[in-house]
Amino acid sequence: MRKCSLEKINLLFKEIAKNAELYLPQDQTDGSAAYKKWEEGSVWSNALNTVRSPKDFFFPQTEDLMAFKTEGKNIEVIDTRKALDDFVIFGVRACDVKSFDILDRVFLSEPVDSFYALRRSHGVIISLACSKPSETCFCKTFGINPAEPTGDISAWKTETDIFFESNTQKGKELLEKLSALTEECDDTAVVDQKAKIDAIMQKLPLKDLKTDAFGGGKTGELFNAPEWDELSEACLGCGTCTFVCPTCQCYDIKDFNTGNGVIRFRCWDSCMYSDFTKMAHGNNRLTQKERFRQRFMHKLVYYPENNDGLFSCVGCGRCLVKCPISMNIVKVMKKIGGKKGE
Amino acid sequence: MNNINDTLIPKIGVITDVRIDTPDIKTFRVVTPDGKKAFDHKPGQCAMLSVPGVGEAMFSITSSPTNEEFMEFSIKKCGCVTDWLHQAEPGQQITIRGPYGKPFPVDDVFAGKDLLFIAGGVGLAPLRSVINYCRHYRDRYGKIDIVYGSRSKDDLLDYKEIIEEWATDDGVNVHLTIDNPQEGWDGHVGFVPTYVKELGFDTNKVAVLCGPPIMIKFTLDGLCEIGFDKTNVYTTLELRMKCGVGKCGRCNVGAKYVCKDGPVFRCDELEELPSEY
Repeated sequence: MRKCSLEKINLLFKEIAKNAELYLPQDQTDGSAAYKKWEEGSVWSNALNTVRSPKDFFFPQTEDLMAFKTEGKNIEVIDTRKALDDFVIFGVRACDVKSFDILDRVFLSEPVDSFYALRRSHGVIISLACSKPSETCFCKTFGINPAEPTGDISAWKTETDIFFESNTQKGKELLEKLSALTEECDDTAVVDQKAKIDAIMQKLPLKDLKTDAFGGGKTGELFNAPEWDELSEACLGCGTCTFVCPTCQCYDIKDFNTGNGVIRFRCWDSCMYSDFTKMAHGNNRLTQKERFRQRFMHKLVYYPENNDGLFSCVGCGRCLVKCPISMNIVKVMKKIGGKKGE
Repeated sequence: MNNINDTLIPKIGVITDVRIDTPDIKTFRVVTPDGKKAFDHKPGQCAMLSVPGVGEAMFSITSSPTNEEFMEFSIKKCGCVTDWLHQAEPGQQITIRGPYGKPFPVDDVFAGKDLLFIAGGVGLAPLRSVINYCRHYRDRYGKIDIVYGSRSKDDLLDYKEIIEEWATDDGVNVHLTIDNPQEGWDGHVGFVPTYVKELGFDTNKVAVLCGPPIMIKFTLDGLCEIGFDKTNVYTTLELRMKCGVGKCGRCNVGAKYVCKDGPVFRCDELEELPSEY
């Protein structure tokens, strides 16, 4: 384990930024935090989490897939993919790091999505232990330990220092490059911090949320649960939950006519939208109830069924904060899952 | 970056022939610019066709894999991409990628069995691929029955091929029907599900169904009534798709993606899924 005094943190950022683009959470004028590129003078935010998840780094909200040139009856396909620079994402929370595993299983399974894979291969993730989990957090429900973030390098921040430990070859190489600014140390301070985080976790209001009622193979049992009616009744179908969600990965592919050719791009889509499944001959999810149910069944039943029991939620709590009608996965789990215990 | 393949990046296809089948269905013949088949496929698989600037959509490949020269797509005019395709002329380039999905189990489950194909309207398009595959390897299969119905005589797809080729094959029986009586039609009149029950087939066959959802539902009920087991009945589904490889997240029925786990499903497997298709 190595440490760096917080007084030297800007020197450390500067050193990282010498070889790669560095992104880290920075405070915005509205009081929230967002991942922004580090530049001389940038200040690392103390916020618990960013409003938007870091999924953008690997699965951007919009990205060009290819372009076309048409002339008469002829079409030319133009590969618009560009070489990427290495980049480092600093300060990713344990929950968000776990979301990359969930996205990997979608995009890196055969046939591999080369757009995602390219970004993934160029990114180094420095994760940060969550020193102040909040009342909307429930990562533990999904087996995530906020004090033990994964990623290429794990980091722990105390009042005075930041501690690093590498987990992958990529992480090891980066830490070696930072050796002049860090020093070897024991893990006393980190062990102490882990205990503190654990103590906070014991007090969180959502600490007892259980996944027992969910998982692969539960479709028959849960799909027609009468609770879906009440739960989905007030859903506006705005899709905010899917956009802030670090694991929502549904996308649309659309063509944009530039006037001088066509760009085919991919953008985030949402199963909460009424036209998501709309076809020329009809729509197989006509009501908001069906769309609402799809989102939660996917995270809690369908995804685990196809991915060795792994749930497609990391308990980051973003949807709890952002939903305009205060509906969220926790309420769904309590209502639908609670039934089982009765 | 040109050396990395990605399934989302299509090939160029050239429409070399357009056949008008019915008032709203045309069959397009597609090859690569150098005159070859774009890729090999198996019966029941699909391809993504696109018109840059208009959109991309999934279509079943209606020609048989045994056709080594070209692919055919029978397409009903019913949306943006299909409207555009319907005004396309030979020589027009489009884009094509695939093949996608799980095919019909023609080489194992179907082998040695009597086969019953039941289609309604443009639902014949995906079945034509299987029917012609089985006709090509005629000695691998038992008796073949084909029940096909449409709104009217004019709406029967591949009529010429059915009459001149399918109906004249040894051991192939074709049963056509139209919804309402029509001048110049002396064949059967009535809906497919009822006709299937009237024909009363032996139940030791493998049945393959495709058509509008309501037709599939009633025909499956009818087949079960006359004693068919759902484990011997197959169908092929269609839902909105964008990627074709189970990643864009929209064509799922329960935990199954129609694009990669389907489009071919056995009816007893389908029954296990939520009725969201």
